[in-house]
Amino acid sequence: MPLIDLANPSRFLALSGRLLPWLSAATLLAFAFGIAQVIGAPDDYQQGATAKIMYIHVPSAWLSMFIWGTMSIAALGTLVWRHPLADVAAKAAAPIGAALTLQCLVTGMLWGRPMWGTYWVWDGRLTSVLVLFLMYLGVLALWRTIEEPSRAARAVAVLTLVGAINLPIIKFSVDWWSTLHQPSSVLRLGGPAMHSSILIPLLVMALAFFLLFLTLHLGAMRNEIMRRRVRTLMLMQADAAAGR
Amino acid sequence: MDLGPHAAFIVGAYAVALLIVAVLIGWVLIDNRRQRQILSDLEARGITRRSERSAGRQS
Repeated sequence: MPLIDLANPSRFLALSGRLLPWLSAATLLAFAFGIAQVIGAPDDYQQGATAKIMYIHVPSAWLSMFIWGTMSIAALGTLVWRHPLADVAAKAAAPIGAALTLQCLVTGMLWGRPMWGTYWVWDGRLTSVLVLFLMYLGVLALWRTIEEPSRAARAVAVLTLVGAINLPIIKFSVDWWSTLHQPSSVLRLGGPAMHSSILIPLLVMALAFFLLFLTLHLGAMRNEIMRRRVRTLMLMQADAAAGR
Repeated sequence: MDLGPHAAFIVGAYAVALLIVAVLIGWVLIDNRRQRQILSDLEARGITRRSERSAGRQS
């Protein structure tokens, strides 16, 4: 099937319906394997068992940025190519991105209290991630503010592309400014700076969270397509009632 | 498994993650059920899309 055929919502519903059970099973398996790896992973020589928070904090941090990146590509699809599924994809991704950014912030705070002696500090990394969370909330609010989906999609697309400026700020904040947050130890020039006994469980958990995002995103996109069908049918019903 | 002196923070972090994932899964499942229900209610009242009506006539 050519990729362009997926632009048809009915074909997307059919294909995603076949894909979802397999994706759900793969997500469950990845989490089962990941949790087993986390339980078996050694404690960090400095942080002790508290390092186990990293296995949920880091994947949610990566995904919070990845999802905004996905929304930015979808925003281009809305503004430039007017792809019929682009704004559906962006709208479905936003609540998942907001939730995982919240997870990143809260798990980071719960790691920070015993390790830094404080839940929060206004340094570059923490503040830029908080800004990302607020931008997710802004996008969600904007979707609700404008009733007509295509008008809302264009407004949200502009906001999303402007917000994408924050992604390199988050990534390089630990290099540009003196921060309490440690520098990148996986995605960096020169390769990962952690031992494989810690790195492998982290990558497995990252894969599990990524599969979870894919599964939830496909499900939420299907719901959004159905919601738009409901809206169309209700408008048709209102027109018929008014004798138009 | 010994989680050391900061066990409450570790358990708390995993509990928060579990809660957030459960809320996300619940949101998708409940929304799906709701949209299906509304669509089937509309179809039961004879309100369908033109493409579905023409497909129905062809079959």
